Amino acid sequence: MPAFFFYFFSALTILAALLVVLNRDAVNSAMCMIVALGGVAALFVLLQAYFLAVLQIVVYAGAVMVLFLFIIMLLDPKTRRIPVSEMNMVVGLVALVMLAIGAFWLARQYPTVANLPPVEALPTDAAPLGYATAAKTFGYGLFTRYLLPFEVAGFLLLSAMVGVIVLSKRTPADAHDDPAKPPRK
Amino acid sequence: MQPGLQAYLTVAGFLFAIGFAGVLLRKNTLVIFMCLELMLTASTLALVAISRFYNSMDGALFVFFIITVAAAEVAVGLAIIVALYRRRHTIQVDELNYLKH
Repeated sequence: MPAFFFYFFSALTILAALLVVLNRDAVNSAMCMIVALGGVAALFVLLQAYFLAVLQIVVYAGAVMVLFLFIIMLLDPKTRRIPVSEMNMVVGLVALVMLAIGAFWLARQYPTVANLPPVEALPTDAAPLGYATAAKTFGYGLFTRYLLPFEVAGFLLLSAMVGVIVLSKRTPADAHDDPAKPPRK
Repeated sequence: MQPGLQAYLTVAGFLFAIGFAGVLLRKNTLVIFMCLELMLTASTLALVAISRFYNSMDGALFVFFIITVAAAEVAVGLAIIVALYRRRHTIQVDELNYLKH
């Protein structure tokens, strides 16, 4: 049964990812992106990373994609579409095929683990940073071995917030431009 | 039979390849940005799979940081795109060639 779910959600994810690239409309791309991110979250559940699956849905499929859709609907001008040149098409397809072959070849290097190792809800004393499902494990890891990266991530979020405020503040030079209005050219 | 580590890594590799092709193929800045997110997601899938099969929490914790950085990156990137559209009235990369001439 896990095998069926794995193949189903992998196929769904890859199909949705292909549709992200192939859709003409950016809004449709964003919708397919949400499906792809949901498929990855389902794969996380199959890997028993429940906390990360929830985080993926809430942060990525929720917050990030809503922000994307908001900006797409604010900006996307439907009038001009630049056709993809043949050179671009060839380069993109060659890159796709070669990267896929390389990834396949790299994945073959790993040993086949037919059965997943058993997993507890909470980490044991013997292996405090062993794989466990409870969200408590993340807290323990973040405040012991990964304390410095955790603080840096907090600082990064603060600087991103300040940066976004600075970027979206209107200067007198472009005060007359409104992104919601159609461009005057 | 359970799918093994190879299967998960193959899926992650295909996702990454699709995202990379999207970055090369598309002209819309927003779609290019979404394809970048797709590549980040592919790397998180590989990290979680390796972390699960090697019974260690390190990969899963790293995914936590990747999600944080991706959220910050999206906020700043979209603010830059909006600022760009205000100045240039376009988000197609082919028309953003003012440094070329």
